[in-house]
Amino acid sequence: MMKTAQITLTINGEKHIEDVPVRMNLADFIRTKIGLTGTHVGCEHGVCGACTLFLDGVTIRSCLTLAVQADGSEITTIEGYETDKNASDLIKNFHTRNALQCGYCTPGMLASSIEYIEQGNPADRELVKQHISGNYCRCTGYQAIVDAICTTIEERQN
Amino acid sequence: MKAPDFSYEKPNSIPGILSLLEKDELECQLLAGGQSLMPMMNFRMATPKTIVDISGVSELSLITDTPKAIEIGAMVRYCELQDSDVIQKFCPLITMVIPHIAHPAIRNRGTIGGSIGLSDPAAELPAVLLALDGKVEVSSNKGIREEPANKFFKGIYETACSSNELITKIILPKALPKQKFGFYEISRRHGDYAMAGVCIAQDQDLTVRVAFFGVAEKALRIASIEKVLSGNSDFSQSIIENAQNAAEDIQFEGDMNAGPEVKKHLAKVVLERALEGIK
Ligand SMILES: Cc1cc2nc3c(=O)[nH]c(=O)nc-3n(C[C@H](O)[C@H](O)[C@H](O)COP(=O)(O)OP(=O)(O)OC[C@H]3O[C@@H](n4cnc5c(N)ncnc54)[C@H](O)[C@@H]3O)c2cc1C
Ligand code: FES
Ligand code: FES
Repeated sequence: MMKTAQITLTINGEKHIEDVPVRMNLADFIRTKIGLTGTHVGCEHGVCGACTLFLDGVTIRSCLTLAVQADGSEITTIEGYETDKNASDLIKNFHTRNALQCGYCTPGMLASSIEYIEQGNPADRELVKQHISGNYCRCTGYQAIVDAICTTIEERQN
Repeated sequence: MKAPDFSYEKPNSIPGILSLLEKDELECQLLAGGQSLMPMMNFRMATPKTIVDISGVSELSLITDTPKAIEIGAMVRYCELQDSDVIQKFCPLITMVIPHIAHPAIRNRGTIGGSIGLSDPAAELPAVLLALDGKVEVSSNKGIREEPANKFFKGIYETACSSNELITKIILPKALPKQKFGFYEISRRHGDYAMAGVCIAQDQDLTVRVAFFGVAEKALRIASIEKVLSGNSDFSQSIIENAQNAAEDIQFEGDMNAGPEVKKHLAKVVLERALEGIK
């Protein structure tokens, strides 16, 4: 019976081969084994969204996914967003619109925001709110985050 | 918290999964999308000895269009249901409902088999299965059987699928051109579990099926409401009121969001709104 497993995965373009305890979740793996601490952990039961990142191109909760389940996958965390055009425009607008204060929610919030833009969705505040409804922010009151996402989409259209 | 210690297996065939489930001493629990099981393990509400990851079997991820029915593999994820043209065409109720289940990152992982297998009283898909009068294909080492929806859900987190069995497929009749469907739910926040919700299907011969979720110990059809609504092509205000009165027959159960009296009120509201929006 398997208690540890060897996994091979790509994180932000870099290949890693690691032995992991099978009970370790992906968030803890990325933070403690790989040392990328930009992925945050809040609730560990899927509710707050802080740990949201990309697995094979779609957002997932890294607290609800075991590292062993990510074997063979491609992961992108906030440390890998620099080279992504949607992400860098969003990051700029998060700054100018004051869409973060403590920054705890920001990595997950950006992941959900990037996905919203990548899917070609409109700058519609109601739809944006629905899309980020799974990401808690205890600082900003959300309006500034919705502003930043809508501004990014509008800039794209002009 | 973190999940307790366990062993992990990822078989690459259905017989491989079934033979593990036969070994009672392993205390296996199936892992599909993990969007309910992982929280339960992190809370230490579930402490399985062995986790059997079923994502390694590609045939469980197929959506198949057969002459009579749409067969959906247990491992098909919510996001795949949402993007499927076959589902949109033949199971439009599913397409209506999916955006209300949780949040995008959870829909990218959660599966139809996990939702049906869990039988959360407030989950949407069990009610969809009941309203569409579908079937659940359940497999074990002893063979394969089909369980009709109205016999499948037994109670809170309790179904007709035993611990030695695997849900392999959800089988739904194909929507016919003149069939109509309705859906409405009330939740505190978009994506939260519903405080009350209802799925409605009206057949070509005007038979109506009504399945509630979030109001009782499990998703359930209400025969007295179905009787009031069946045979009518349109739902006048007086028919809707009669149906709302029949909703009093439900054995309402409170949860941490609302007590039984509030549930009763909300059930009537969602019923009216779903009937008004039926299409
Ligand atoms: C924040 C949050 C919000 C949510 N909101 C909603 C919501 O609004 N509505 C809703 O419906 N759900 C909601 N969910 C739950 C989500 O839909 C789950 O994905 C779903 O309930 C279970 O599917 P899964 O594939 O993740 O199953 P898992 O978590 O992997 O498994 C769930 C259970 O089903 C069993 N199981 C899985 N597959 C099978 C199978 N093939 N045969 C037999 N048993 C099986 C498992 O052993 C386990 O007991 C929410 C979850 C979270 C974290
Ligand atoms: S830490 Fe994963 S959702 Fe809160
Ligand atoms: S910026 Fe502090 S939680 Fe969002």
